[in-house]
Amino acid sequence: MLVAGGTVVDQGGSRRADVLVKGEVVAEVGEGRALRAPAGADVLDASGCVVAPGLVDLHAHLREPGAEEAESIETGARAAALGGYTAVVAMPNTSPPADSAAVVRQVLQLAKGASCDVRPAGTITLGREGRVLSPMAELAALGVTLFTDDGTGVQDPGLMRRAMEYASVLGGVIADHCEDAYLVGAGVVNEGAVSSALGLPGRPAVAEEVMVLRDLALARLTGARLHLLHLSAAASVAAVRAATASGVQVTAEATPHHLALTQEWLAGYSTAFKVNPPLRTSADMMALRQGLSDGTIDVIATDHAPHPPEAKETSMCEAAPGMVGLETALAVSMTVLLDPPGSLSSPGRDNEAGQEHWTGLPLERLLAAMSWLPAKIAGLSALHGGPVAPGAPANLCVVDPARKWVVRPEKLASRSHNTPFAGQELTGKVRHTLLAGEPVVVAEEAQR
Amino acid sequence: MGKRERALLRPGKFRGRVLVMDAGDVQRAVWRIAHEILERNRGTEGLVLVGLQSGGVWLAKELAKAVAAASGSEAGRAVPVGALDVAYYRDDIGLRPVLPVAATDVPVALDEAVVVLCDDVIFTGRTVRAALNALMDIGRPAAVQLAVMVDRGYRELPVRPDYVGKNLPTRRDEMVDVSSEGVMLGEVVDEVSAGGQS
Amino acid sequence: MSGRHLLGVGDLGAEGIGEVLRLAETFEEVGRRPIPRVPALRGKTVVSTFFEESTRTRLSFELAAKRLSADLSTFSSASSSLKKGESLRDTVLTIEAMGVDAFVVRHACAGVPAQVAGWLSGEASVVNAGDGAHEHPTQALLDCYTLVRERRARFGAEPQRPLALAGLHVAIVGDIRHSRVARSCLLAFSALGASVTLVAPPTLLPPALEGWPVEVSHDLDALLPKCDVVYLLRLQNERMEGQFLPSPREYTATYGLTAERARLLGPSALVMHPGPVRRGVELAAEVADGPASLVTSQVASGVAVRMAVLYLLLGSGALVGA
Ligand SMILES: [Zn+2]
Repeated sequence: MLVAGGTVVDQGGSRRADVLVKGEVVAEVGEGRALRAPAGADVLDASGCVVAPGLVDLHAHLREPGAEEAESIETGARAAALGGYTAVVAMPNTSPPADSAAVVRQVLQLAKGASCDVRPAGTITLGREGRVLSPMAELAALGVTLFTDDGTGVQDPGLMRRAMEYASVLGGVIADHCEDAYLVGAGVVNEGAVSSALGLPGRPAVAEEVMVLRDLALARLTGARLHLLHLSAAASVAAVRAATASGVQVTAEATPHHLALTQEWLAGYSTAFKVNPPLRTSADMMALRQGLSDGTIDVIATDHAPHPPEAKETSMCEAAPGMVGLETALAVSMTVLLDPPGSLSSPGRDNEAGQEHWTGLPLERLLAAMSWLPAKIAGLSALHGGPVAPGAPANLCVVDPARKWVVRPEKLASRSHNTPFAGQELTGKVRHTLLAGEPVVVAEEAQR
Repeated sequence: MGKRERALLRPGKFRGRVLVMDAGDVQRAVWRIAHEILERNRGTEGLVLVGLQSGGVWLAKELAKAVAAASGSEAGRAVPVGALDVAYYRDDIGLRPVLPVAATDVPVALDEAVVVLCDDVIFTGRTVRAALNALMDIGRPAAVQLAVMVDRGYRELPVRPDYVGKNLPTRRDEMVDVSSEGVMLGEVVDEVSAGGQS
Repeated sequence: MSGRHLLGVGDLGAEGIGEVLRLAETFEEVGRRPIPRVPALRGKTVVSTFFEESTRTRLSFELAAKRLSADLSTFSSASSSLKKGESLRDTVLTIEAMGVDAFVVRHACAGVPAQVAGWLSGEASVVNAGDGAHEHPTQALLDCYTLVRERRARFGAEPQRPLALAGLHVAIVGDIRHSRVARSCLLAFSALGASVTLVAPPTLLPPALEGWPVEVSHDLDALLPKCDVVYLLRLQNERMEGQFLPSPREYTATYGLTAERARLLGPSALVMHPGPVRRGVELAAEVADGPASLVTSQVASGVAVRMAVLYLLLGSGALVGA
């Protein structure tokens, strides 16, 4: 298989190169010269495209087992492949949750033959109830590297301390959904001008900040590796920046929706925009982008959260939080973050006002945040995240950076269509994805 | 078609063409109708004049004055006057904008009264039909009679006025404007073309 | 009224509120007739969809629909359980398919009336009968109506149009944070020209008030002598359990209109409350029953104002030319 005519971008920089794949690995990278496909080999057209290590998502809710009406590992992995991902970490808040070897084995079993490499995360506590530690060592022995009660944060600081201490010798990372339940209350949108105007109970940014500060202090105390999921508030970014400077082992992620959207999108009571943590102000959004730009935020993760229509077609208070993201993450990020930055059609001036100050990221930084840095955090660097070099596993994505397309929810491969980007024109689309040398997406079409 | 229907039909300006009754004619018609009312009802006992909003209200007031003045023997005894808005009883609600002009104001009980409904113009008869229904919700009069200044024909319902100022043959698309100043026959023209003429 | 729905006071503007008040007067007269019913909405179907129980508002709307001769159906989530798998949208579209001209919607969560309006495929209207802590526009309209009528009756104050409450100083006191009534009232009062001050402890104020046409005070005693109207909000049970306030007693001591505090009011000041009054907590019994109180009058205005709203949306043809 020859990936011909593209520009390879990985941690080694950017260069015009054809890539020859043999079996499961990269055989040759023809830097500056055209490679000839061996007789009988397929050629994938990458002209005008970026050839990059496959993307890695640290945060996808694949819903299986338990909520197959929303998503399955098969459909979620297909959506991931179409989005350029070759590996996703499957969140453990399934039903039953991944708090036992049995569920982790089940997920691994279901993941065989999927369109991307699916790596189950384990819970921190049994049943995600925040009371009793999960068998983290047993889960780690099955390959689990990321432990989280995501959906909610671990509320009990004493238990969180023990979890960090216990996990610190397992080589895993403790990942927290930072929102203090007491401060959040029944909130459904960011607390502030929009929640006040809409009459909806607010989820204050400070609910995230206090738990981020707590977790950072506990990470400092225990020496554990801490990963902060889907940061949304400017104050959280500042806290992580300070902690990183003082040597705390912390990594952090932001989602495409928090990097692209603000609370103003909630003005029409559209449940598609309901997510936890909530969309916040443009100042928060710009702080996240700045954090990504200066490395305070390491990773862009999707928080892909599929929900069936009936879970969203209800009141704002009852609607399930979350949005699908695997198929739009790269395109949204490229559209709003790359230099020169584009913009989405926007519901209010506030959203645009903030964007004027954004100068844009280089593509290489964006790919780092979506491929090799998350691969490293999840302990997947041997297989995923490049570099694109002879002998390396052929987990690749080929992206057409100029391709404009409009998000049509019904066209998404995910079983659920709850995207907040419906109707938006995005720039950049995955053309091909190779998983262990196999083309799982060819010319924007899933092959499995 | 009186002011009410005109306002309902379409926005525009009334442009008068022919003065068919002058102020004197109108005043004489009021006097004549007042006498007819007295004659037919043998006085003012139990009489209530109810004008239809908005074109009939002045007529009810004028008739009340004339009836009181003409019934010399009972001079000084005022005839009660009410105003009835029939918007909520119209049969064209939902077909065109229908909004009441003012609250209905009938100051006396109508049970056993002789009600004379007063309106400027009778045309299709549909307004009178609405008015009869409205009256029945307010009380149970002994009798209801109808006085109009102009009957322009084109009835669509079996309604006939008891007292008429003038029978006026019209084209269907013409408009009649009635006030104490006189009766004018003309058309409604668009605001724009009306403005262009002035 | 510019649109086909009444989701909030903002849908009306000063002109629209004025039109509702004018029509409400005509319907109040209808209500005094021996047969207090007009055939205006014959053939129209109004369905009251109350996902949150409210006997008073529901009765008032249903009476209004009946007095307009509309056909009335009633849906309550208590009687027709929303099952798993059937979304709120499915429920609404099922009702719409039966042929409905107006939905009167009450829901414990803000925004549901707006969502319902967005889901409808046909021409039906939506009237917000109270959504979460967002709005309760007909309550605000009946309060405006009551205020204008009472000021005319008591002081001969003829309202200017469209600013019928110009120059009045209104204090809205109590749990603003959780109150849809407060939101709708402050929008309506200020649209009609009144200046509005919110009085509450910080725990019972909305988290952000930028852009709201109001002042804020925490000192009721200082404010009372300047008030033309004191509007007291109902304090819900769940707010008195210690999370927002130490105790009902402390609330009354600081923000209640006690008999003693009511003496600070000017001679022409009026007292309002959306009811039901928690006597002795928000409002002393002798003030609630006293001459300054409009509480009974407010309740009495409800049906006429809701008739006006239903008629404007369904019958007036205000949309014919729009
Ligand atoms: Zn989360």
